[in-house]
Amino acid sequence: MKIMVAIKRVIDYAVKIRVKPDKSGVVTQNVKMSMNPFCEIALEEALRIRESGLASEVVAVTMGPSQCLDTLRTGLAMGADRGIHVDSTSALHPLHVAKILRNLVQIEKPSLIILGKQAIDDDCNQTGQMVAGLLNWPQGTFASKVVLDKEKEEVTVDREVDDGIETVQLKLPAVITTDLRLNQPRYATLPNIMKAKSKPIKKFTPQELNVEIKSDLEIVEVTEPPKRKAGVMVSSVDELIEKLKNEAKVI
Amino acid sequence: MVNRNCRATLRLLTLINRQGHPHPPLSSSPSGHISHSYLILPFSIAFVFLTVLCFYSGTGIDACWKQLQRNNVHGEHKIVSFFSPLASSLKTRQWGVKIQSRCYGSASVLVQRNPKFSKLNDEDVRYFEGILGAKNVIQDDEKLITANTDWMRKYKGSSKLLLQPRTTDQVSEILKYCNFRCLAVVPQGGNTGLVGGSVPVFDEVVVSLSAMSKIISFDKVSGILVCEAGCILENIISFLDSEGFIMPLDLGAKGSCQIGGNVSTNAGGLRLLRYGSLHGNVLGIEAVLADGTVLDMLKTLRKDNTGYDLKHLFIGSEGSLGIVTKVSILTPPKLSSVNVAFLACKDYSSCQKLLQEARRKLGEILSAFEFLDSNAMNLVLNHLEGARNPLPTSLHNFYVLIETTGSDESSDKQKLEAFLLGSMENELISDGALAQDINQASSFWLLREGIPEALMRAGAVYKYDLSIPVEKMYNLVEEMRSRLGNDANVVGYGHLGDGNLHLNVSTPQYDDKILSQIEPFVYEWTSKHHGSISAEHGLGLMKANKIFYSKSPETVKVMTSIKKLLDPNHILNPYKVLPCSSIS
Repeated sequence: MKIMVAIKRVIDYAVKIRVKPDKSGVVTQNVKMSMNPFCEIALEEALRIRESGLASEVVAVTMGPSQCLDTLRTGLAMGADRGIHVDSTSALHPLHVAKILRNLVQIEKPSLIILGKQAIDDDCNQTGQMVAGLLNWPQGTFASKVVLDKEKEEVTVDREVDDGIETVQLKLPAVITTDLRLNQPRYATLPNIMKAKSKPIKKFTPQELNVEIKSDLEIVEVTEPPKRKAGVMVSSVDELIEKLKNEAKVI
Repeated sequence: MVNRNCRATLRLLTLINRQGHPHPPLSSSPSGHISHSYLILPFSIAFVFLTVLCFYSGTGIDACWKQLQRNNVHGEHKIVSFFSPLASSLKTRQWGVKIQSRCYGSASVLVQRNPKFSKLNDEDVRYFEGILGAKNVIQDDEKLITANTDWMRKYKGSSKLLLQPRTTDQVSEILKYCNFRCLAVVPQGGNTGLVGGSVPVFDEVVVSLSAMSKIISFDKVSGILVCEAGCILENIISFLDSEGFIMPLDLGAKGSCQIGGNVSTNAGGLRLLRYGSLHGNVLGIEAVLADGTVLDMLKTLRKDNTGYDLKHLFIGSEGSLGIVTKVSILTPPKLSSVNVAFLACKDYSSCQKLLQEARRKLGEILSAFEFLDSNAMNLVLNHLEGARNPLPTSLHNFYVLIETTGSDESSDKQKLEAFLLGSMENELISDGALAQDINQASSFWLLREGIPEALMRAGAVYKYDLSIPVEKMYNLVEEMRSRLGNDANVVGYGHLGDGNLHLNVSTPQYDDKILSQIEPFVYEWTSKHHGSISAEHGLGLMKANKIFYSKSPETVKVMTSIKKLLDPNHILNPYKVLPCSSIS
């Protein structure tokens, strides 16, 4: 059984983000980039399923310019068997990614696609759901536990929803998107980094996959959230009430 | 075996047994208990002797002698804790006995309060209130306890007054008055020092710089930062981060330590390998001398060869020559590509060879090279939450953490990977992991930076910070292990790149017998190998009389004359740094 994992190269989670002065986006020059944390969790889950013997191969897919190969190599160093790089310099929105993934699925034919629930740069939380829709496959999103039953060809997913945990059972092939509490991703150890150098990476372009990157979304403006105002010390309860009434206008 | 006739000894025994062993025993073998019981004999004899001595001489001369741990009399039992060296051996609370002098866990010398220093009175307090305002003159018991106790909770003073000046002029007024009145003063920053140099020994007035925490200016072109001494290092680091610069020093205590203290102790830290010591990075200092004179040497120039460069006297003098109030420091630009690798080596000589290779192959991008042994690793994994072993598949004897900082992400990573894979092929390292993002890098650093905290949680710890030639460094750890056997957990870690070993002996409780096995052997060994008995921690109170192990008598004589020149009444941080015998 083959598992396909989609990984994205984003600005590192621990970096302080700054908005470009022309408000067209966020500063990405000279800023540390790494794998999206949810994608790491997705890859880790796929590797664990393979290590438990239920899967035979884990394929990591990434899309974007040539720098994305670094992230792909990290994925291979963690343990993925093969890599696929879809080379594109234009901005890829979730629907494009979903369409490319759908066409890749028709070539690779995996039984399970695992993605991170969202990317930390755009926070869209759309790609997994769109892929499932385009393929007409069942989906288990926000997974906090994944249990695969190979004989029955089913996967049981515990989903973290607002009300608590919802358990769904999906027939394979299925799409799963991972949430934070699913697992703790492993480190890339040197022996694996060494092995990763010889693992194959196949290259595609969106044109080869018959996907047109036409954007019907335009980012108009990016601004920083308003800065937190400093607190004010009040000297008496009466002053507090007065400020709540007149300045904050909450009573 | 034990003399049970003496009432005092009986009390002592019941108290020691009542203390119990809430911490997990050092070794699960019964030998732990055996060693404990034959400690009681020397303790009881020593104690009986002291009690007798005190009754003879105690009551008459009480003005000068210190009542031990007076602060603990009323219900501060929790502060006393298991870390206090005295709690388990000398129970003054019970007998209300006045012990003559101060003793503390890690030294065998007793210090006496210098009768020359005046005692604080109400008039003094009112004068300080006049200078600083009542809010900044603190006599509140709880705040005083924090100011009187060091981070390791090993040293405890009995100061009755904590001052928080806000400007250099206020510091100057305070010192002028204290000099006139002959009141001893302890300058205090973040109070994170490890040799008892930041807390009062007796009733010295504590002058805390915490309220002087402004960043005065920052030049984005040259990277020169001017700030007040009370700025916390971590705050400075985050300020510089938003400007695209970093501090040239980084230590585990960054959340609490202040830059004035760092400069006064010439702190080393994790980046010394790359950016050098503070002597090179500090461009200027404003300091206040003991008589209140303000020395404004706060230049922001890289080069200034006009006369003697006095700021170097204050860097590393641990507050004994003057109080540092402002610092101007050169900050390096923040480079985008930081990579951290956590590696395992099978023996110490591989660690050394790895260092040589790293210097050659990684060269200009190498920014930190730290090592820890397996005992240190186990301690961190057991006592620190959130610590994760990156190489769990097998046990290794030594771990090395390498950090590289450069401007080109892909080329740095390639260089580092090539170096690591080459080292693996040459069998210099047996395994390793490379951090893939900033979070993983921080988790690697946690394993190294968290060792002091893990040691604190494991029980009592004897800390030694030694500079030893790299080839011989680990021999000391092994010799110490064979000396102490199962009685203690000897842990070795440190800045291998700088030749700095942090030797720590972890025991469930402080124990003079173990101390006698460690000291003076450690100092003599270091001296024999021409090392330094204090690489970066300083002398403070703990090593005040040990300077001769690393400095010649002539050198110490010149130091003493400088101290006499700048602080003739010896009011600044007395009893510390230089030996008591050399100062009248």
